[in-house]
Amino acid sequence: MSETTMTMSGASEPLKFHLEGEHHVENGTLLGFWLYLMSDCLIFACLFAAYGVLGRDYAGGPSAAQVLELPVVALNTTLLLFSSITYGFAVLEMQQNRRGPMMAWLVVTGLLGAGFIALELTEFSHLIAIGAGPQRSAFLTSFFTLVGTHGLHVTCGLIWLVVLMVQVSKKGLIPANKRRLMCLSMFWHFLDVVWVGVFSFVYLMGVLP
Amino acid sequence: MSLHPDLTRLIFGRLTWHEFLPEPIVVGTFIVVALGGLVLMGVITYYKLWGYLWHEWFTSIDHKKIGIMYIILGLVMLLRGFADAVMMRAQQAIAFGHTQGYLPPDHYDQIFTAHGVIMIFFVAMPLVTGMMNFVMPLQIGARDVAFPFLNNFSFWMTVSGAVLVMMSLFIGEFARTGWLAYPPLSGIAASPDAGVDYYIWALQIAGVGTLLSGVNLLTTIIKMRAPGMTLMRMPVFTWTALCTNVLIVAAFPVLTAALAMLALDRYAGTNFFTTVLGGNMMMYVNLIWIWGHPEVYILILPAFGIFSEVTATFSRKRLFGYASMVYATVVITVLSYLVWLHHFFTMGSGASVNSFFGITTMIISIPTGAKIFNWLFTMYRGSITFEVPMLWTVGFIVTFAIGGMTGVLLAVPPADFSLHNSLFLIAHFHNVIIGGVLFGLFAGLNYWFPKAFGFKLDPFWGKCSFWFWLVGFYFAFMPLYALGLMGVTRRLSHFDDPSLQIWFEIAAFGAFLILLGILCMLIQFAVSFIRREQLRDVTGDPWNGRTLEWSTSSPPPKYNFAFTPLVHEGDAWWQMKQHHYQRPLGGFIPIHMPKNTGAGIILGGISTVFGFAMIWYMWPLAIISFVALLATAIGHTFNYHRDYYLSAEEVAKVEASRTELLAHV
Amino acid sequence: MSEHIEAQHGHDEHDEHDGVSQVHATLKGYLRGFMLAAILTIIPFSLVMTGAFAKSGPADALILFLAAIQIVVHMVYFLHMNTKSEGGWNMLALVFTIVLVVITLSGSIWIMFHLNDNMMPAAMQDPRNLP
Repeated sequence: MSETTMTMSGASEPLKFHLEGEHHVENGTLLGFWLYLMSDCLIFACLFAAYGVLGRDYAGGPSAAQVLELPVVALNTTLLLFSSITYGFAVLEMQQNRRGPMMAWLVVTGLLGAGFIALELTEFSHLIAIGAGPQRSAFLTSFFTLVGTHGLHVTCGLIWLVVLMVQVSKKGLIPANKRRLMCLSMFWHFLDVVWVGVFSFVYLMGVLP
Repeated sequence: MSLHPDLTRLIFGRLTWHEFLPEPIVVGTFIVVALGGLVLMGVITYYKLWGYLWHEWFTSIDHKKIGIMYIILGLVMLLRGFADAVMMRAQQAIAFGHTQGYLPPDHYDQIFTAHGVIMIFFVAMPLVTGMMNFVMPLQIGARDVAFPFLNNFSFWMTVSGAVLVMMSLFIGEFARTGWLAYPPLSGIAASPDAGVDYYIWALQIAGVGTLLSGVNLLTTIIKMRAPGMTLMRMPVFTWTALCTNVLIVAAFPVLTAALAMLALDRYAGTNFFTTVLGGNMMMYVNLIWIWGHPEVYILILPAFGIFSEVTATFSRKRLFGYASMVYATVVITVLSYLVWLHHFFTMGSGASVNSFFGITTMIISIPTGAKIFNWLFTMYRGSITFEVPMLWTVGFIVTFAIGGMTGVLLAVPPADFSLHNSLFLIAHFHNVIIGGVLFGLFAGLNYWFPKAFGFKLDPFWGKCSFWFWLVGFYFAFMPLYALGLMGVTRRLSHFDDPSLQIWFEIAAFGAFLILLGILCMLIQFAVSFIRREQLRDVTGDPWNGRTLEWSTSSPPPKYNFAFTPLVHEGDAWWQMKQHHYQRPLGGFIPIHMPKNTGAGIILGGISTVFGFAMIWYMWPLAIISFVALLATAIGHTFNYHRDYYLSAEEVAKVEASRTELLAHV
Repeated sequence: MSEHIEAQHGHDEHDEHDGVSQVHATLKGYLRGFMLAAILTIIPFSLVMTGAFAKSGPADALILFLAAIQIVVHMVYFLHMNTKSEGGWNMLALVFTIVLVVITLSGSIWIMFHLNDNMMPAAMQDPRNLP
């Protein structure tokens, strides 16, 4: 809103009521995407609330301490944290308009993300195999839904990453693509933030006596 | 059928021929709807309007056209929702003692569920969103919304949800659970049929549209206001639109999450809200009302905004207490997240929980009361003209005050224990939703109609409609207050006590009056269209308005403003008129415009197919349509050429035609 | 006119309007954020995995506290949150969301535990462990 300086007091100068030239509106994509992320945050809040309420209702089934394996989670956390910083490196290369190195960092990010998903799927299939599937108890229901929803988001992020890499290789680092890369950057880091909540609230606090 | 039964089951899921048109009443409705649809299609084909509709409306990314389409959707669904209401009133008026009425309980339960769902999600929401879509960008001096394509997509997702609800009328059945589908009744054990699944998928698909349109309009207000329009210079309707969209973005995810959990319980056999294996159905009630209470304010805040505009315009005065109006709106926005438990005081939380939420509920009535006084003081010593929008406003102030007071009664937990789920509650929320939201939307409809179409709505039929609605409302709902105090509960299709019958007959008479009100409104549209030359407004400012939307022609050109307005104070257009502002006649520059696209309607169509497949367990179709949805969405992001320039000559031509019109005034 | 691609609103060639250049990411910022996040992850994991906690009460509090700090670290160093980006609207939206998340979480847990406490008679004190 800074394009015009108001002359409110100048009685000699008549008030102007329209702009002579074009009104340059700021692009709203990043703000809009941030607002979307905030709404996504509330979806997770509900899933956390469900876990908070139902997370100790074992219904005679296995408890969190019995089925959750911290080493796997620690490895997963490491993968996701590394993928965050590698995406950061990609953004730095993007700012320098260096397409090749940026793509390389995106590939690394994608591989780390895929590793995260693979580990999570292994964990899930192991749980289901030992009879601790999502239908077993309210605890497992809320656990699978919360962690699975996060995993689903990461999967969407991976699909988006691939699509963006195709688009960058076709069109180059044009402003529209840079904006999309920044949106995905927010999305990716946001998922890491949610994961901090997941490993603290679900895994670490879950296995405590 | 030569198909192997297993194959049939794979392709068609649980859908069989028995699911089509299950009830005789529905067969009648179907014939009427089908004939009506055929006639409509025939007319459109005969006049060769398909191309026009496709190019000018369905694929349009113009916020004004999308707003109008939202309002048409809302009005069409109003007819459906109201038909349900009339059926319920008729049933309750006759089903006493040995008379069972004409609706079997099974069908009656679907009707009250469909009535609630349709009225909130597919009448009130589209009307509110449509109003905001049409008016708000004009009020802030913008050319369109921040994400024009997303706007079109949001609309078609809402339509997709509405289509699924309408389909449930003829294929299978709708939920029999009440409009919020509480488990365990909505669980798979108690409701194994497709009804609740229709409910879930219709709301989820429409919810995507609602959420995205919330993000869109919010970004628009933040980013695209005309230079000089600070927050405290925004028109009040824009303020209420801002707060409503904040609520949409912050509340609808909760609905999405709650319904997703319910869907998981039904589809995947999980135990969120079941009665076994640790599930807790009250958690659903808790979550759904964390969305549900803000939803009430999502509906009412824009209505408050409309009343503020209408009151100031027709009192020929600046709105009294603009700042307090804004603060009251913001306070309501925040407080609306702190009251949700008052919808389930009786679930059994202790005294401290109930008293906390009782007190917050009472507090929220304070800013609302402040608003009422602001409108009254705006009218005080104003030169009021009782045009139709003003009539709705005065009707609202009286009616809403009554509804608000009964709301404070219900906020007292001990009182709520005897009134919970009674007809008193039904009377209360119809009192605020009809008397508040609907009256507000009708005021807005009459107020902004000339802006949208270039001619006013016929005032005679408008006044008829208003009086039938107002009187009909009191006849229909005051008896319910009395019945509620006597302890009659909601959602009953049959009564044993004959002494109650007279109250239900009065209520049915009220519904009949409201029916006349709706008919008058339809006649009003038809008469206004026929008499459009007499009702024509060429000035673009038929009511001597105060805000920027009245500075454009009626209907506004597709770029809204040839030059972006500069704002110096609150009532921008009023100030421009005070300063004898002359609109520029030359020096036009090319205008940057978004291109139309068919992606929104295609995605909406595929979503309908996907929802239908999920409802009937047609897994192959569900997978195919989901993949198609994803592919279309991704494909759309490869389209980088989404805009064009409207040349200066074209702008000059449009503006010159307006100059010519104005010369004849 | 190749700059006008996807310009749904406004002009893209004006760098100050495209929003992307508002963000100034630096290598130092990312590395600092990464180090802090790593430390804040390692502490709670090692404490829990070595079984250093005997009682869950203080442990819960510590884990939540470290998580909260780590979330702030991610917000500042990775998501580049500050009070100035997008004219403060980003921050306002975030604060509002945090308030709502806290209301949703603490409200739900308070209400539901109150309910359980109130509605479960002492005789069936622990029915959730029944099959």
